[in-house]
Parts: sequence; structure tokens; C-alpha cells
Amino acid sequence: MSNVNPYRKSYFNTQPDYLYPAYRSTVKRAPMQPLVQMPQTLSEITGPLFTARDVTEADSDLTVQHAGEPLGERMIVSGRLLDEGGKPVPHALMEMWQANASGRYRHLVDSHDAPLDPNFTGFGRVVTDAQGNYRFKTIKPGAYPWRNHFNAWRPAHLHFSLFGQGFAQRLVTQMYFPGDPLLDFDPMYMSVPDDKARSRLVSSFDWENTLPEYAIAYRFDIILRGRDATPMEKKEQKK
Amino acid sequence: MSLLLTAAQTVGPFVSIGFEKAAVPDVAPAGVAGERVVIAGKIFDGDGQPVTDAVIETWQANSYGKYAHPDDAQEKLLEESFRGFGRVLADAQGGFRLATIKPGAVAGPDGKEQAPHITVVIFMRGLLKHLMTRIYFPDDAANVADAVLNLVPAARRSTLVATKAADGTLQWNVHLQGPKETVFFDY
Repeated sequence: MSNVNPYRKSYFNTQPDYLYPAYRSTVKRAPMQPLVQMPQTLSEITGPLFTARDVTEADSDLTVQHAGEPLGERMIVSGRLLDEGGKPVPHALMEMWQANASGRYRHLVDSHDAPLDPNFTGFGRVVTDAQGNYRFKTIKPGAYPWRNHFNAWRPAHLHFSLFGQGFAQRLVTQMYFPGDPLLDFDPMYMSVPDDKARSRLVSSFDWENTLPEYAIAYRFDIILRGRDATPMEKKEQKK
Repeated sequence: MSLLLTAAQTVGPFVSIGFEKAAVPDVAPAGVAGERVVIAGKIFDGDGQPVTDAVIETWQANSYGKYAHPDDAQEKLLEESFRGFGRVLADAQGGFRLATIKPGAVAGPDGKEQAPHITVVIFMRGLLKHLMTRIYFPDDAANVADAVLNLVPAARRSTLVATKAADGTLQWNVHLQGPKETVFFDY
């Protein structure tokens, strides 16, 4: 039992560093000591598993959670949850939260002077199907100001929280929208050093899933850490 | 085939909207075997100020040392009502409190069993990616030989071991920076 099949480390520059002073909150919260490197054990390669029974239909439709429809541009966000090897990640819990169409969160510490929407909470969740597919219906969030620097605005975004099949795959990320002029001025987005890795946080317009006379669709695939080839596969490659 | 791993981004200050609904402050339902423990603590930033917008998630084996997961091939007793996942949100004073059971020992990297521990990830505003750490239990004889603890410089090991308060609560604080900085792992 000493041999676990570990998840791969990320490629150089594809993940942000903890300390990124342009995002001011990192300065007093990023660890200063070097991380202690450790091998993955049974404790890291396992993690909580979920099933469709953990969520309801309405959990993935943020437009039906109240008496009336929320204001704003309706949209469909869908995609696949895969690992780096291209393998679907089935039965994984995805949690999503966002601001309303005016750029206001339903949260006590959000002091932005924009209206709350009584018909919008801004929270959804879904469990991926057997092929790793997911789909949310919601409204497009607005951009909003924050106090990181003078005249700072966060580009419109959705927060995604992903459980894969092991705690080592745990990921929280944000999805952005194509063509948003605020992206290049956003320290959170810009904290990802690699250009390609950064641009993967931007969803794409999804004509195929756009519903005529109803809602525009965006596509966002999410890639979790994958495993190196299993010992069995390695042996086969040698032949 | 290799796809590019999606980059992590911070949970931001409004994380409770996303994580509150599925908070799990009580990991072990009634009937689950094992020693009941309450782990409580605070999270402090580099100025020593409590962090009020953090989320701590925990993952652990049951008291027999078995994970509720198909990749755990150990021949040990599984309890159907025990998932082993915990999630607590920091309160307005930066405090958190998790009720659970002490896990049993699980297989380790060197073929020996690891000391009982809880796997921890931490999210908050100001963390562009989550932190990974562990909680060990006070006065457990197995701590001395634990393969992972022994990778940690001796002077810093105590940041990973909870202490027992007078009321029996296990205290475990997180220091993001400073002389008592908690050990965070990369794996």
C-alpha cells in the first residue's frame, strides 16, 4: 500500500504565486516560508465524492430560485470537467457563485452602491454527469469596483469551486467573459504568469448551446490535475 | 494527450455565498465510531489580525483508518454514514470550530502507517490559490515516527499539532506569516 498513483504537479508558470503584490491582500496573507514538499499519500489522493443526490435541479438554475425572474441578461454556461489527460471527471461537485447583473453580491461586506435583486441569490451547484459535463443557467454578472487601487474594477466573472476525485485535485477558479476590456487591468487575472494558462480562464461564446430568443451561451471547460500513466500503461508503452 | 491545468483564482471576500450552503461543521453523524473531538482555532494574517473571510476544509479517514473512497484498498471497516469531509467558515472574530472524530492511522509513503491526521485546505481573500496543511493530534506516540511530519524542520512541527485546552477542545491556530507561521505543504 506504499505505492499510490499521485497527481501531477502543475507546469511552470501556469498557476499564480501566493505573493502577488499588485493584488494587495496577498501581502499579509501569502506564506513567507517555503512550502514543505511532501509525497502524496492515501490522504491526498482520496477526497469526498458526491452524487446527483447531493444537489437538486433548481441548484443549477439560478433564475428559478425565487418567486420572480432575476433582472439581467440570461445565459447558459456549460462545459466539461476533465483532467490533464483528457479524462472526464464524473460525479464531481461544482459550486458556483457570482454577483448580480448590477455587479452587487448578496453579502454584508459588499458596500458597492448598486441594487440588490430580490430574485437573485447568486449561488448554484451541480454534480457532473458520467462524461464530466455540467450546465448552469443564470444571468450575466456585472463588473464591480473594488478598493485594491485607484479606480479598480473587477471584470465580470463567475467563481467556480471544484472537487475532483481526490483532495489533491481541489480547485477554485474564476471564469471570465471574452472581449472584456477590464481583464488586462485586473490583478487577479494577471496573476497567472503564463499567457496561455491565463487566457484559458476566459470562456468562449457558444453558438451551439445558445437558445434562440432566450439566452446566450458560454462554454468553459475546466481542467483538474491528472495522473501520470499508471504502472500498467507504462509497461505497455515499453513493448 | 495533455491539457493545460486550469489556473487557480482567489475565492474573494464573498466566499460565504458559495460555501455556506454546504458547510459541514459536524463531520461525524451520530453512531459513527471513534473518539469525539472538537477542533477550534483562529486564523491570523501577517499583522496578527484575525482573518474573518476564510474557509477551512478537512478530509479524514474514519476511526478505523479507512477513507470513504474507492482508491483506498486497505482492508479496514468502512462506515456508510461517514464521508469524512468537513467545511467550516471563519466567524466575525476569525474563529472556527469543527466537530469530528479522531481518525485512525492510514497507510503511509514508506509502507508504515502514518500518525492520525486530518488533511486541510484553506481558502480566503488574498490567497490566489489555496493552502494545504495537516492537523495532527496531541500526545499521539505515532507522531514521532510520522513520515510527513519528519519532512518538516523540527522547529516548525508544532504548528501542525493541535494542543489540548483545559476544556478538552483541541486548539489549532493558523498563522499565515510571522515567527509562528504554519507549515504549508506542496504535493
